[in-house]
Amino acid sequence: MAVKHKPKLAVWKFASCDGCQLSLLDCEEELLAVAGAVDIANFPEATRAVVRGPYDLSLVEGSITTPRDAERIHQVRRASKYLVTIGACATAGGIQALRNFKEVKEFISIVYATPGYIEALNKSTPISDQVFVDFELQGCPINKYQLLEVISAYLNRRKPNTPPYSVCLECKRRATVCVMVAHGTPCLGPVTQAGCGAICPSYNRGCYGCFGPKETPNTAALAKRCARIGMSDPDLVRAFRTYNSYSEPFRRESIAHEQK
Amino acid sequence: MSMPMFSLTECFILSQKSFPRLFEVLQAKGYQVIGPTVRDGAVVYEQLSSVDELPCGWQDDQGGGTYRLKRRADNALFGYGVGPHSWKKLLHLPAYCLWSAQTENGKLQIAPGDGPAPKLAFLGVRSCELHALAIQDKVFLRGKYVDPAYRQRRENALIVAVNCAQPSGTCFCVSMNTGPKASFSFDLALTEVIESGQHFFLVETGSPQGAELLGQITEQKATQKDKDAAARVVANAAAHMGRTMESAGIKDLLYRNYDHPRWEDVAARCLSCANCTMVCPTCFCTTVEDATDLAGKQASRWRKWDSCFTMDFSFIHGSSVRASTKSRYRQWMTHKLATWFDQFGTSGCVGCGRCISWCPVGIDITEEARVIRQNDGITLTKEQVHENQKP
Repeated sequence: MAVKHKPKLAVWKFASCDGCQLSLLDCEEELLAVAGAVDIANFPEATRAVVRGPYDLSLVEGSITTPRDAERIHQVRRASKYLVTIGACATAGGIQALRNFKEVKEFISIVYATPGYIEALNKSTPISDQVFVDFELQGCPINKYQLLEVISAYLNRRKPNTPPYSVCLECKRRATVCVMVAHGTPCLGPVTQAGCGAICPSYNRGCYGCFGPKETPNTAALAKRCARIGMSDPDLVRAFRTYNSYSEPFRRESIAHEQK
Repeated sequence: MSMPMFSLTECFILSQKSFPRLFEVLQAKGYQVIGPTVRDGAVVYEQLSSVDELPCGWQDDQGGGTYRLKRRADNALFGYGVGPHSWKKLLHLPAYCLWSAQTENGKLQIAPGDGPAPKLAFLGVRSCELHALAIQDKVFLRGKYVDPAYRQRRENALIVAVNCAQPSGTCFCVSMNTGPKASFSFDLALTEVIESGQHFFLVETGSPQGAELLGQITEQKATQKDKDAAARVVANAAAHMGRTMESAGIKDLLYRNYDHPRWEDVAARCLSCANCTMVCPTCFCTTVEDATDLAGKQASRWRKWDSCFTMDFSFIHGSSVRASTKSRYRQWMTHKLATWFDQFGTSGCVGCGRCISWCPVGIDITEEARVIRQNDGITLTKEQVHENQKP
């Protein structure tokens, strides 16, 4: 059964590049259907018109990087019945979580003329570190069809089909030749969650891990194999330290190779 | 090893020069020819328009987690071992729409899923793959519940088998009694003979349909000399298996070794990425997904390849039954080599070696079986179990 009243949708931005929320505007053909199915109540990238909360469905983009945002996310949570994080920033801290491996104050002193004006938290953290999250959609950026699927599943009161298994299933279903086995190209696909449609291997590139760790990832075994086909420890640190560097499995694996 | 027999039915000769005639006849009969071709550094099965697309002069080097093409010294068209694809992708589709439904003016209309099956001719089916097809036939066509989508595609398929001349480094069909000579379930079977300056195909017929086709292609009967040459090709292949697996008594071996320490060992290496199950020509498991539109007016139900290596596969109210990689690997291997006998009356493994080559970390089912056999009956002591559970 579809939800009876038209649900109010809100899109919230924290520390992020806006790419994930733009996936919603990127829906083009489906955008009218989205606008028909939900009341777009708060989406500054699309419209200045703001409808007051509470909101039925909140899409949260970005990570928490400032004391102010750490407060604001609680207001968003209070105003939202169902809160979905979209993208690597909101679910894993994003590319800006690279600072979590260093001392942020040092960066600030080098980059800004008046460091005193900068109020930044020491770590970039996912939304789920601050508030309860109903559903996390992984990806950097998210896949627009998965976003539509999450919204559609919400409207139809069913579980979204965003499988937590590896990219390998998508590669094999589309009959892509494995780049790791056939070319010796290191690939994060076996530890990365599906959802992108296995784009990079279909262009003979290894997976970069944009969609973050899959369920039960065995990063150690994959890293061992990647080392055998030519990756050095610094290479491995860099491979696991991209958009999802602060997700627990990738964080642990990168540290293991940093310490070697 | 006794020499393979080539004399039960009359054999014919197809010269290399007249090989394109096979394509012409198949295409004239309305078949799409699906066969081997080189793409992205591997021999894959795709639609072919001419004989020029066959992997002429290519062979492969395969091992645990590696596959590389290399040039042959001759112009063999079928001088390679099986690659990443299997024929199941054409019979048991990776994603298949079962049905769709829509509401219009308050009325619910249900439409059937994917359209009629195409007429496909499979060219280059290996003996292990014929056995795999027979196994999937049992799964989808025998018993009470017949799969109509599979049946339609299977009935439409014409099979041109090719006996193996060059097994890969991960092949072990001889151990599994599934090859290398095609012995059943084909319309035509070819053996590619390249010796003493000659290059020809010995052709056997396996069905009236195959015989009728062949009649339009060649009338040249094979001599005993030709048959002997073909028998040598197959015998040579049988003598060059890359792997072996002691299959006698393997069912009971695995049944009595559920607690073998090797399962922990393999779990530490296994990525639970599901590649082995995707490339396996007999693995048949699927998941069903519903798709809905935003307006709640259209819905479709999809069946997609799934794997016992995913958590959702064994999710039963509340959690996954096989949460550990150990239990998932054990489930897969025990199903292939043991419980499959109880379920379908045969082994679930045909010895094609794909799961070895296409495992990104090179886990080798023959090696796992060998280690368990060598240490038959070993279980962990309480102290070892405790040690393993430490983080």
